[in-house]
Amino acid sequence: MAGRSLLDKVWDAHTVRELPGGQTQLFIGLHLIHEVTSPQAFAMLREMELPVRFPERTVATVDHIIPTHDQRRPLADALAEEMMVALERNTAESGIRFLDTASGKQGIVHVIGPELGLTQPGMTIACGDSHTSTHGAFGAVAFGIGTSQVRDVLATQCLTLARPRVRRIDVTGKLSPGVYAKDVILAIIRRLGVKGGVGYAYEYAGPVLDAMSMEERLTVCNMSIEGGARCGYVNPDDTTFEYLRGREFAPGGEAWSRAEGWWRATASDPDAGYADRVELAGADIAPSVTWGINPEQNLGVDERLPRLADVPEASRPSIEEAYAYMALKPGEPIAGTAIDVAFIGSCTNGRISDLREAARVARSGRVAPGVKALVVPGSQAVARQAEAERLPDIFRSAGFEWREAGCSMCLAMNPDKLVGREICASSSNRNFKGRQGSPTGRTLLMSPAMVAAAAIRGEVTDVREVL
Amino acid sequence: MADRIERVQGRGCVLRGDDIDTDRIIPARFLRCVTFDGLGEHAFEDDREQAKGDHPFDAERFDGAKILVVGGNFGCGSSREHAPQALMRWGFEAFVGGSFAEIFFGNCTALGLPCATLAPDDLARVMDAVEADPEQELVLDLGAGTLRCRDGSFAATIPDGTRDQLREGTWNATAVLLDAGDAIEACAARLPYLDGFGGRTGDPRA
Repeated sequence: MAGRSLLDKVWDAHTVRELPGGQTQLFIGLHLIHEVTSPQAFAMLREMELPVRFPERTVATVDHIIPTHDQRRPLADALAEEMMVALERNTAESGIRFLDTASGKQGIVHVIGPELGLTQPGMTIACGDSHTSTHGAFGAVAFGIGTSQVRDVLATQCLTLARPRVRRIDVTGKLSPGVYAKDVILAIIRRLGVKGGVGYAYEYAGPVLDAMSMEERLTVCNMSIEGGARCGYVNPDDTTFEYLRGREFAPGGEAWSRAEGWWRATASDPDAGYADRVELAGADIAPSVTWGINPEQNLGVDERLPRLADVPEASRPSIEEAYAYMALKPGEPIAGTAIDVAFIGSCTNGRISDLREAARVARSGRVAPGVKALVVPGSQAVARQAEAERLPDIFRSAGFEWREAGCSMCLAMNPDKLVGREICASSSNRNFKGRQGSPTGRTLLMSPAMVAAAAIRGEVTDVREVL
Repeated sequence: MADRIERVQGRGCVLRGDDIDTDRIIPARFLRCVTFDGLGEHAFEDDREQAKGDHPFDAERFDGAKILVVGGNFGCGSSREHAPQALMRWGFEAFVGGSFAEIFFGNCTALGLPCATLAPDDLARVMDAVEADPEQELVLDLGAGTLRCRDGSFAATIPDGTRDQLREGTWNATAVLLDAGDAIEACAARLPYLDGFGGRTGDPRA
C-alpha cells in the first residue's frame, strides 16, 4: 500500500464523519478570528441562539483596520471603531481570548499565530481570511473561510469540506544570492497560474524548501491562495521543531517529546502518492516583480515585459487589460519603472527576517526624492525585536517611515492608502486593481529587499546591484 | 432547514473576463461594517466608475437579472463573503461561468447561491445568446444539471456534494454539523494537541 501524504493523515485524524456526496465534517483544531470577517458570524450565532462550542480553540486579534500611526481610542474612523468594539464585545461575551494592542501580542493574525506557537504541525486551522494558507508552513492544513463558515466553526468547531487533491512541488538545487522566498512563490505561480491550484493543496518540498527558515516557508505558503490553492504546506522537520521550542503556546516539559513524535508522524510518507508533481530549479529563479493585475503576471527583474504576439491567444485579453490599467509598455524592461510609494510589511513579508533584509539595503542609501516609503512590522513582537536590533533607526535615517503593527497598505482598510494612480513597490501579496486603497492605484509585488532597493533608486531595481 | 433549491430561473447578465477578484466585486473600503446590509449598491463600484456607465451592471438591458454569467476563476483572491453577499443583494441568485475560485464557491454555497460550470464553447454561446437577447429567460436546473436558454440546453456542472446540499436544503451547514452531536467531542478527544499533549493545557486562554 502506498504511503499517505500529510494532507491525508491530518484530514483523516480530524474527520468527525463522512457526509453524503463525498464531503467531510472536519474538526478545526485552531480557529483564528479578526475584526473584519467575524462580527456578522457572531450576529448569526446570536440569532440562532447558539453558544460558541469550543471557545478555548478560537483566538482573536485586530489587524485589518488598525491604524499604524495613531491607535488611540476611539479610533478616528468611526466605522473602524465600531468593528473594534464589536470584536471586544463578542470575544468577552463568548470567553474567547482577544490579543488586543494592550496585550503586547497583537499583530497580523498570520504573523502572531506562528510566533506565539499557536500554529503547530498536524493541526487543522481555519480563519476568515484567505491567507490562512500561511500556517501550512508548519505542516498544518490551514485554509481561508467566509463569514458563514466562521459561524459554523464558532457553533460546532467543524466545517463541511471536500478533500483536496495534493500537488507536490519540488524546488531543487539552491537559490542564488538576492533571491528570496517571495521570488520562489512568484515563480511557482508564474509557472502554474492563478487558477492552477483550484481543487489542490500544494505540498512544497525539495532542497530549497528544506534549507529555508520557518519565516521563509511562511512566505511561500502565504501566497498559495494566489495560485488558486486554498492551502499549501511544508512537511514539519527539525527546523519546524526548533522554531516552536519555548514559544508561549507550544508544548513544554515532558509533553514536548510526545508532541515531537506526533508531529514527525504527520509528515508525508516517502512513498506517498500525489495527484500531480511539479519541479522547479532553484537556480533558474531570479528576483521577481509583478507587472500586471494578478500575481501570475510577474517576471524576473532582468526581463522585458511580454509582447502580445509572444503570449497564447487565450491570455491576450487579460494581458491587454493589465497593460491598459498599469500603463506599462510591452517589450520594455521592468527594471527602471519609476515608483511613487514603497511598502514593506504584510502577512507575506512583515516578519523580522524580512525587515532585516530590507534594512541591509536601506543602509546603503536614502529614499529617493518624491518617494513615500513605509515600513510596517507584522506584529508588536516583530516591532520589539526590530527595535532591539535598532532597525527603526536605520529605516528612519534612510527616510522610511516606521509604523505600528497591522495589515496596513496591503489592502488599505486603515488610513494607509495609495492616492490616484500612484505606483507602489510592495512586499504584499496582491496586485489586484484598486487593492492598495486607490481605485486606480498600481501595485508591483516583490521581495522586501527589492522594495527597499526600489525606494532608494526611485525605480524598480535589481536588488543584486545594491546588496 | 434552509430552502431546497431545484432551479433558478430568470434573465441573465453577462460579465466577461477571467480572474475577476473579490476586491473588484466589493472594494475593501466597504468591508468597514458589522453587518452585510447595504453592500449590494457597492458591487463593482470601482469598475463601474472606471467604465463610465459602460459596465454590465449599469446596462438597462440587464436590469433585474437573476443569473450572472461570468468567465474563468471568478471570485479569486480574498475570502470576503462580502463579495457574494453584495452580488446577492444586487439581485443575483445563481452564477454560471468557466470556473470559480474555491473560497468564493464555498461562500456562495453557504448562502444558497449555486455556482455552475459550463464547458468553454457552451459558455461562449450562452454569453453571446444572452447579450443578443437579454430578455430571454435562463433556467439553471440543478436536478437535470443543465442551463437552458433559447439557444439550447447546456451541461451545467456542480460537484455532487454541493448539488445535494442545495437540492436538499442543507446548504446552511450549521444544522448538519450540529447533527453530529457528541461525535464532535469524540473526535476532539482523539487529537493529542487539544490537551497540550498531556502537558500544560491546550487552552490558549490559560
